[in-house]
Amino acid sequence: MSADDAAFRPQPETPEVAARRRAMALLARARREELAEPIAKRWPDHRARDLKPIESGLVMLRGRIGGDGAPFNLGEATVTRAVVELPTGERGFAHILGRDAPTARLAAIADALWRREAGDVETVILAPIAERLAAEAAKTRAETAATRVDFFTLVRGEDAA
Amino acid sequence: MSAIAFADPTFESQAAFRRIMRAMSAPGTIVDCGEALAPPPPLARAAAAALLTLADFETPLWIAPSFPVEVGDYLAFHSGAPRAAAPDKAAFALVDLAADGLDLARFTWGTAEYPDRSTTIVVQASSLAAGRRLRLSGPGIKDEAEFAVSLLPADFQVHWSANRAAFPRGVDLILVADARLVALPRSTAIIEGAD
Repeated sequence: MSADDAAFRPQPETPEVAARRRAMALLARARREELAEPIAKRWPDHRARDLKPIESGLVMLRGRIGGDGAPFNLGEATVTRAVVELPTGERGFAHILGRDAPTARLAAIADALWRREAGDVETVILAPIAERLAAEAAKTRAETAATRVDFFTLVRGEDAA
Repeated sequence: MSAIAFADPTFESQAAFRRIMRAMSAPGTIVDCGEALAPPPPLARAAAAALLTLADFETPLWIAPSFPVEVGDYLAFHSGAPRAAAPDKAAFALVDLAADGLDLARFTWGTAEYPDRSTTIVVQASSLAAGRRLRLSGPGIKDEAEFAVSLLPADFQVHWSANRAAFPRGVDLILVADARLVALPRSTAIIEGAD
């Protein structure tokens, strides 16, 4: 007996799914203050409650060599999951790397708020995170580029003959 | 507002598992289970405890259509179990004795090679104190055991004998009423039922 395949099939990639995926990916990378401060300032009375206790656990990371090889198990990573619900009924989910339960809860609250007020959450919470991540990525690229070595091969004797 | 399940999933589901195992290993013994839960009505607390403890993403769950949508949502959200398309595809099933009756043949009995691939049916009754008294014998029972179930179909004993005769194939029952639970595994024989 196998479980219903439909339950495990990934969501079709609609614009809504892509937008939520982007928001949740940004929230997963957020620092605690990047969530705590805007939520405390803009939504001090969100009154979100936990639907499931916040839990830390392990997930198996899978990789593909070169991005297209056969999948293999890379190793396990610690993640923390939070699920909250706002009084207005929106549910927020967050999985973040590590064991920081308060940050996971804040990310879940931000996700729930995003489902209610996407525009506000975008400008107040997500845009600063996206900006920081882009700046960090650019810095890493610049540092890597500075160490680049260009090799020149001189014509070798035996090939020239 | 969505209902909350176990406050401490790890330890509370272990405690519930221990009690379900006690009920399964000593058929006819009534155990308390799920006292702390507040599932959406009409789902019984012991039924919620059993399914939240036993069902997971690998065990398709079939819920009788007499249960409202909230019950299915609650169990799916907290256990992660997918919904089985039909009762004979289910690893676990939830039925209400008063609304759905109990037809054992609808569920899967497993195969001779894999008798474990059968349905465990969680049967919700209104009472485990009043109603038809069943006298049991079999593994896990010293001499005889006895318990009562309200609103059990009149021909249940005939169907249970057929289930018993198909051993090692067959379904297992977990009968619940509110926060009490009693198990009737396929190895148990009903020697007499009296109203």
